Amino acid sequence: MKTLLAMTSALAMMAAAAEAKTFVYCSEASPEGFDPAPYTAGGTFDASAHPIFNRLTEFKKGTTEVEPGLAESWDVSADGTEYTFHLRKGVKWQSNEKFTPTRDFNADDVIFSYDRQGKADHPWHQYIPGITYEYYTSMDMPNLIKSIEKIDDYTVKFTLSQPEAPFLANIAMPFASIVSKEYADTLAAAGTMEDMNNMPIGTGPFKFVAYQKDAVIRYAKNPDYWGTPAIIDDLVFAITPDAAVRLQKLKAGECHLMPYPAPADIEAIRADANLKLDEQAGLNVGYLAYNTTVAPFDNPKVRKALNMAINKQAIVDAVFQGAAAPAKNPIPPTMWSYNDAIQDDPYDPEAAKAMLAEAGVTDLSMKIWAMPVQRPYMPNARRTAELMQEDLSKVGVTAEIVSYEWGEYLQKSMEAGRDGAVILGWTGDNGDPDNFLSVLLSCDSAGEGGANRAFWCNEDFSKLLKDAKITADPAERTALYEQAQVIFKDQAPWFTIAHSTQYVPMSNKVSGFVMSPLGDFTFETVDIAE
Amino acid sequence: MVRFILSKLLYLVPTFLGITIIAFSFVRILPGDPVLLMAGERGVTPERHAELSAQLGYDKPVVLQYFDFLGRLMHGDFGNSLVTKKPVLSEFLTLFPATVELGLCAIIIATLIGVPVGVMAAIRRGSWFDQISMTVALVGFSMPIFWWGLLLIILFSGILGWTPVSGRINLLYFFPNVTGFMLIDSVLSGQKGAFASALSHLILPSIVLATIPLAVIARQTRSAMLEVMSEDYVRTARAKGMPPFRVIGIHALRNAMIPVVTTIGLQIGVLMAGAILTETIFSWPGIGKWMIDSISRRDYPVVQSGLLLIAALVMIVNLLVDLTYGLINPRIRVK
Repeated sequence: MKTLLAMTSALAMMAAAAEAKTFVYCSEASPEGFDPAPYTAGGTFDASAHPIFNRLTEFKKGTTEVEPGLAESWDVSADGTEYTFHLRKGVKWQSNEKFTPTRDFNADDVIFSYDRQGKADHPWHQYIPGITYEYYTSMDMPNLIKSIEKIDDYTVKFTLSQPEAPFLANIAMPFASIVSKEYADTLAAAGTMEDMNNMPIGTGPFKFVAYQKDAVIRYAKNPDYWGTPAIIDDLVFAITPDAAVRLQKLKAGECHLMPYPAPADIEAIRADANLKLDEQAGLNVGYLAYNTTVAPFDNPKVRKALNMAINKQAIVDAVFQGAAAPAKNPIPPTMWSYNDAIQDDPYDPEAAKAMLAEAGVTDLSMKIWAMPVQRPYMPNARRTAELMQEDLSKVGVTAEIVSYEWGEYLQKSMEAGRDGAVILGWTGDNGDPDNFLSVLLSCDSAGEGGANRAFWCNEDFSKLLKDAKITADPAERTALYEQAQVIFKDQAPWFTIAHSTQYVPMSNKVSGFVMSPLGDFTFETVDIAE
Repeated sequence: MVRFILSKLLYLVPTFLGITIIAFSFVRILPGDPVLLMAGERGVTPERHAELSAQLGYDKPVVLQYFDFLGRLMHGDFGNSLVTKKPVLSEFLTLFPATVELGLCAIIIATLIGVPVGVMAAIRRGSWFDQISMTVALVGFSMPIFWWGLLLIILFSGILGWTPVSGRINLLYFFPNVTGFMLIDSVLSGQKGAFASALSHLILPSIVLATIPLAVIARQTRSAMLEVMSEDYVRTARAKGMPPFRVIGIHALRNAMIPVVTTIGLQIGVLMAGAILTETIFSWPGIGKWMIDSISRRDYPVVQSGLLLIAALVMIVNLLVDLTYGLINPRIRVK
């Protein structure tokens, strides 16, 4: 009955604003829930963290630069382990039928938002049975954050166990969204804690209105938003999992903007006079990782020879249909510290053959692992593997293509002594080079549970990363990462494939949409022409 | 009749137990586990993997897990989704009306068109109508649903602009879901144009979902009619000068209906399979799409309880079909 009343009143509100501007986004997936902390999917964050919530720091729109969010400013101690955040005053919490805030956002909310994820004995840690905080855990927050203290209502001090340069970027990520402690207390008193995940209350540009599972999510503009308020009045997510159907809906005017078009449809979208297409180099990389612990792939010369035997441009043309840039470094060109001075290994089968002979490798046969799923960084791994197989056969290397179910693929590809080279990739979380290099290539991540699928452990390379992580000065960090990329290229643990381009098709009527290098979809700046 | 119903119900118990075993084992036989899929490319340490598995109860022996599952079922607890953390039963009940609405429309279309076409084809055996309709039925039966749905969308929604592309109703309409059936809720809302919008959204998906059952029903009706029409009593009825309309309507059709009703009942299973694809294409928020998502994420509780609920439903429909035989043919009741 309460829902009915709420909907009726929401309806009355909508009717009153008959001239309201409604923006429809054809989203690709249903949100797992509306509390950003327990989830990891981008589609969930687009529906929760971005429209409804804010974080202490935020990514400046269209960039991976960190700017003030709910924290107006911060001081970092000389040793880099203490961060004191000065919180923004006068930030209003949203309200709903169950909750009317009596106070503004303050330090209690910040401490609550982090403690509930980090402290296993916190009453909200398991507010829904089986809930976990995978992002918080995987960003190493439990080990990194030693303590969080409230200095006063608008000052909070984080003490870290070690200096961590990417920290400010880490806490701009969706999992670190700030939730209301007062709302939590209200829900706990009412015995409906699970509503934290169903009826979110945040400080963001849009208020949650209703969710009809797997079909529609509705939001309304938050008139009390502390930042620049949204231009549109109502935001609607029409959940449409199939890319071809999304495009038909966009063409038919049933939605204004869609994510992830099929690569094959790009030309048709460009040709459509009613649509426009934004594009941007994606913050991702697709790669083929050799097992550098197994002969003959433990020899950098052999790896380099194989890299020179594969025609990269052919893969970009055939598999990515041109919608990608050939990759020479493990980080994408849009990321700071990208070393553009590095020369890619040329495609030269003859030289490759000679190098293999020089290394004493004859009659080499190997396996290429092709992942069974499509990812933004890899539209068709099987086809990629076939092209590689063909190229390798020209230098006398016999390649066999293998594949497994996705979960098994991820697991088996990290098993020590793995037979073969693995096609995989990565999409950045926070725009920090450490989020690529340390996760994918450091000694620490070469063991079980890591993601270094080349099992490549180069002490010099890892030392550079460690130094960069505890260095605060961006220029110094850049120099360290640039050096690391030189070692990477020289040692060739991967054949770097491509950085795929992201496309966002939208109606001609849409203006003000800003593409995010992190792949987020946010709508507070969009407008629609009548 | 009561004994007949009771004996049928008794059969349900072992069938139901069998289904719990199949539903439980099915998702566990598939390679890959939910913890690994949640972690994705990032990977998960063996310690964290063990911790999460223990938290989810997947570290126990499988047999024990099965009895846990069965025990909770007895208390009406279908478990919680690993992904959304919500009770499986409540998710099922939210999504189920959408599937029923689509399925009912599809089966009505399939029956209303399939039976008359089958009867006509049988009466005019060998005519151009018979040949064309049966050829079309064969094509319909072999239609890949995903391709067919997309084709209809491109033609009717894209090029002609007659029907909406996907969804259940125009997004401008916003009202409470009282029953979960959009056709009913749109009327209850009292909003002008809501019902018409809901109906127009139903057309393409129900045609797509009806395609295969329609073909099967038409072919089954034709062959059943042909068989019955060569029976002695039909010949006798004709010989004594009964008008052809009555011969077919009273003597032939009623007897031919028994295999046809069986076929229609069996189509419920086909509909469920078709709903998975149809719902995905038309962004229809039903249980077909829900099951597909859950299988790909290895959401064990949703897959096992969802399968169980769907199977129970198919069983009930089959039971109703069995009971309908009794109505059509009293001899079955006596046996």
